[in-house]
Amino acid sequence: MLGVGVQQRRTALWLLGLAAGLLATGLIAVGTGAVAISPVTVARIIGHQLSGAGTVTWTPPQEAIVWQVRLPRVLLGMLVGAGLAVCGVALQAMVRNVLADPYLLGINSGASSGAAAAILFGAGAAFGSHALPTSAFLGALAASLLVFLIARGGGRVTSVRLLLAGVAVGYALYATTSFLIFASGSAEGARSVMFWLLGSLSLARWDALLAVAALVIGGTVAYLTVVGRQLDALAVGDETAHTLGVSPDRFRVRLLVIVSLCVGVLVSASGSIGFVGLVVPHLARRLVGAPHVRVVPVAALLGAILLLGADVIARVLLAPQEIPIGIITALLGAPFLLVLIRRLHATKGI
Amino acid sequence: MIEASGVSWRYGASPVIDGVTVTARPGRVLGLIGPNGSGKTTLLRLLYGALRSSTGKVTVDGGELGTLTPREAARRMAVVVQETGGETALTVAEMVLLGRNPHLSAFQRTGRDDHEIAARCLTRVGATHLAARPFAGLSGGERQRVLIARALAQEATHLLLDEPTNHLDIRYQHEILRLVRGLGTCSIVVLHDLNLAARYCDDLVLLGTGGVVAAGPAADVLDPEVLEPVYGIGIRRLDLEGELHLLFHPITRCGCGS
Repeated sequence: MLGVGVQQRRTALWLLGLAAGLLATGLIAVGTGAVAISPVTVARIIGHQLSGAGTVTWTPPQEAIVWQVRLPRVLLGMLVGAGLAVCGVALQAMVRNVLADPYLLGINSGASSGAAAAILFGAGAAFGSHALPTSAFLGALAASLLVFLIARGGGRVTSVRLLLAGVAVGYALYATTSFLIFASGSAEGARSVMFWLLGSLSLARWDALLAVAALVIGGTVAYLTVVGRQLDALAVGDETAHTLGVSPDRFRVRLLVIVSLCVGVLVSASGSIGFVGLVVPHLARRLVGAPHVRVVPVAALLGAILLLGADVIARVLLAPQEIPIGIITALLGAPFLLVLIRRLHATKGI
Repeated sequence: MIEASGVSWRYGASPVIDGVTVTARPGRVLGLIGPNGSGKTTLLRLLYGALRSSTGKVTVDGGELGTLTPREAARRMAVVVQETGGETALTVAEMVLLGRNPHLSAFQRTGRDDHEIAARCLTRVGATHLAARPFAGLSGGERQRVLIARALAQEATHLLLDEPTNHLDIRYQHEILRLVRGLGTCSIVVLHDLNLAARYCDDLVLLGTGGVVAAGPAADVLDPEVLEPVYGIGIRRLDLEGELHLLFHPITRCGCGS
C-alpha cells in the first residue's frame, strides 16, 4: 500500500545488476594494460588460482600479470571505491550536509602529512616496505583524534562542531604538508608527494595492507547497512533521532570512530582520491531513494565500479605513463556534480 | 503517567525552568501554556529527556527516565518536535516508517505489520494521498500531519507534542487536537492558543517567569484573573453552550479607553 515492496524489489534488482557490473568491470580491468588479456582468460586464471580447476591455456607471464600484479590492484580499487562511497554517505548523514565528503574531517590531510614525512624524511623506516602506508595511517589517526578532541570540547559532538573542527585540522595539516615539502628542498621528493596526494593504487600487493583494507572497509559497509535506520533518523535531525530511540551524541561518536578508521586505512593505501565520496552517495540516492539500508550497499557497489573505471582510464590514457587516479575522478566527478545540482534545482528549487 | 518533580533548566545564568513539578495522568490530555519565553518547550524537552535536569527527576509509568535505554524511552513516549527535517530526501511513507524504529532490533527490517501500521496512521491524519511524495516537498501543514502520523506509528503509551497546531489552518488545528484527544493515551501538548487549550485539554499547567503559575483542571486555570497578569492582556471569559471561550483585548495603560 505504501509502495515499500516495490522499492525493495527495485533495490534488489539494482544490487544484482551492480554486482554483475562490478564483476564484469573487475575482469575487464584486470585484462586491460600493456599486455591485454581477455576477460574470459582472466576469469579462468583466477578460477585456476583459487581452486586449481581448468586446463592451463595461458602463458606463465600472463598468469603472473593477472594474479601478482593486476588482481591485487583491482581488488584494492574496489575496496577503496566502496569505502569512499559509504564513508561519504555516513558523513552526509552525520553533518546533514549534501556537500560533505570523506575528507571533510581533515583525515586525508593528516595522512598526507604522514606520507610526506615518510617520502621526504624517511619517517617510519622501521616498518620497511610498509613505511609509507604506516606513516600515512599514523598521520590520519592523529588528525582524527585531534578533530574528535576539538569537536568534543563542549561535551557534545554536534554536527557544526564536527564540521568546524574538521576544516580547522584539515587546513593546519595541509600547511604542515606544504611546509614539509618546502623544508625538504627536494624537487624529486616534492613530485613523489604530489603524486601520492592525487591518489594511486600502485601500492597494491598481496600483503597485510590489502587484508587490513578488506577487513576494515568490509566491516564498515556491513556496519553502516545494519545501522541504516538509525542513520535515517540522524539525517532528519538530532531531536528526531532522540525521540526515535537513537542517542544522537553517542551514535555520532560511534560513527566518527568507524568512519575515521575506514578513511584512515583507505587513504593510507591509495592517497586522497577525490569526488568519489561526494558524488556516489547522490547517485545511489537517485537510484534507490534516501533510506540508508538501501543507499549504503548500492553506494558501495557504485563506488567500486566508478573507481575501477577511473583506474583503467588512468592506466591507459597516457600509457605507459600512469596518471594519478585523483585527476580522473575529479574530471569525471565535477561535471557530474554540476548535473546533479541542476536536477536538484529543477525538482526542489534548491 | 509522566511525573516530573523539581526539575530545572538554565540557559547561561538565568533559570528558564526552576524546580517545576508537573504530572500527566493516564488517559488525560495535559496542556502546557504560557507566554513566549516562559519555558514551555524547555519543560517538554526535560520531560522526554532531550534535556537532563540536574535537580529532581522525571518518571514515566514509574520508571525513572534516566535509567531507561533510548529505545525503551521511545516505546513509552512518542514526540512531535518542532524540528522540520526539511532537507531529508525521505518520502512520506519512509518518514512514517521511522516511527517503527524503537520496535525493531538492529538486524530487523520493517515488515508487513509495520507497513500496515504506518498506512493506518497516515489514514488517521488524512494524509494517505501523500505517501509517495518526498517529505521535503510538503507544505508546513502537511508536514505536521505526517510527523503526527509518525508519532502514532510509534505506538507509544504517551504522546508529547510541541505546538502541533503551528502551520496548520483552522480546520486541521481542530482535527489534529481532536485526534489526539480521541486516542485516549496520556498526552502532553504545548499550546499557544488558549481557546484550543480550553477545548481539548483536561488539565493545564500555566508557566510564567521561572515556574508554574497555576496548574489544575483546564476550567480552573483559564481564569482571567490568573491569566491576565501572566500574559499582560485583558481577557473576557464566556461560557457558551457548555464550552469555554476566551476573548482578548489590549489593556490600555493611559486610562483613556479604547
